[in-house]
Amino acid sequence: MINIAGHHRILSHDTINKIATLILWASAAVTISFLVYIIGFIIIKGIGVINISFLLESPRMSGAEGGIFNAIVGTLCLVAIAIITAVPIGVGAAIFLIEYATDNPVTRMITFGVECLAGIPSIVIGLFGYAFLVVYLGLGFSILSGGLSLMFMILPWTVRASEEAIKTVPMELKEGSLALGATKWQTIVQIVLPEALPGITTGVILGTGKAIGETAVIMYTAGSSLLLPHSISDPVRALPYHLYILVSEGISEDMAYGSAVVLLVMILIINVMAIGIQKMCNRRRK
Amino acid sequence: MLENETIEIESIDINLWYDDIQALKDISIKLPKNKVTAIIGPSGCGKSTFLRCINRMNDLIKTCRVTGELLCGSTDIYGKDIDVITLRKRIGMVFQKPNPFPMSIYDNIAYGPRIHNNLNKNGLNDLVEESLRSAALWDEVKDKLNKSAFSLSGGQQQRLCIARTLAVKPEVILFDEPCSALDPISTTRIEDLIGKLKKDYTIIIVTHNMQQAARASDYTAFFLLGEMIEFGKTKHIFEKPKQKSTEDYITGRFG
Repeated sequence: MINIAGHHRILSHDTINKIATLILWASAAVTISFLVYIIGFIIIKGIGVINISFLLESPRMSGAEGGIFNAIVGTLCLVAIAIITAVPIGVGAAIFLIEYATDNPVTRMITFGVECLAGIPSIVIGLFGYAFLVVYLGLGFSILSGGLSLMFMILPWTVRASEEAIKTVPMELKEGSLALGATKWQTIVQIVLPEALPGITTGVILGTGKAIGETAVIMYTAGSSLLLPHSISDPVRALPYHLYILVSEGISEDMAYGSAVVLLVMILIINVMAIGIQKMCNRRRK
Repeated sequence: MLENETIEIESIDINLWYDDIQALKDISIKLPKNKVTAIIGPSGCGKSTFLRCINRMNDLIKTCRVTGELLCGSTDIYGKDIDVITLRKRIGMVFQKPNPFPMSIYDNIAYGPRIHNNLNKNGLNDLVEESLRSAALWDEVKDKLNKSAFSLSGGQQQRLCIARTLAVKPEVILFDEPCSALDPISTTRIEDLIGKLKKDYTIIIVTHNMQQAARASDYTAFFLLGEMIEFGKTKHIFEKPKQKSTEDYITGRFG
């Protein structure tokens, strides 16, 4: 006979359920508390040195004094190059993979390659950037070398985000356009890309967040100059690398924590922007 | 039966496979010009598949293979030198679910003309108005042409899609179960519209709804399991079908 009541169990279903809920709740709480602790710790340590002149002054004495303006400029330049190059290549690859490529070994190889690129450790990309861009192509330590190396890093994310965004464009819309006699390319440009734009933008912004925090990729490629750059062939020092040098060379711990706060805030702004864009687009659809 | 009709589209022994599953078997049918032809049959009988052959929408499915001849006038739709773009311009399609583009009402209608002809602003305005009037939507939207097409009701969206198709000036319009997502009142309006449109266009409509076929069409074809069982004047098909399976389907014994 089947025992429906289940009163031979040591723990009732209800008790098990409650315990499971508690464990899951605790996991979530621990995750959040780590985040709060790290951010809180950095802010408390770093907030003291932050003021307008810290943000807008050039570093003096290797960064022990003055501000971090030049490193902020360096970071922005590198990220700009990375995005400007990654977006067209990434979106183009995604359009090819989703709309044009048939399912064959070559296509599967490309998709697999994109996955692999995402898995390459950033220090290895940095080393490749050094060997290929800095030395072989003779670009030297420069914004261009560093920006292109960062591009290699965010490219797989751009491709994936674009692929996902393009996939979600409803078939009915594409059919509607094709049935009116539009070519495939017209359909992609006028229907698919505008519909996929919010998803692509969000993906690119999140990629930017990754690129901003990246250190290993740029330390062999962008240089460590604390001077303001005049062109993309000048070397720069990015914010995370500046932070690394401040700590590892014992220059100034206070300045390092200050830089960390600025870095965190930049990444926070970027994530909020990504969420904002997504929300805005969802509202527009309704 | 088709003595006094001009034939717009003629299908000769059309066979269609998805991979190795045969979806259409030797479909031969003559579709008369400026008439409404309904294609009825239970789900999976191949009626939508056949409809999508006529504007080569099946090209989008990579595993799809077609043999036979499908003539529009004297050109073979599946001929080697056919330009699919021109074909789809001549043979428009309205889909099961209203699928307006995520743009303004005006831009939805102007989408086709902007692709195909270089109209000036006034010419385009006139064409948009004319198309919306023909689709019996003008009076409802004339004051909000710049509003999103999604602000319209389902029935209005479907008429917008019809207007969008008309703006390209096709000769044939294919309707793929155009009312299946609509309420009865919207359905009636679309049916009335189809009745008016046949003056200028050849209309082929796939429908699940027997009453709709009986009400709106001049000719009816009954499909079953990828074959065309019977084709004739709608009146004859519904009043005295020749085939047993047609009668069974129409009287609701299966499907």
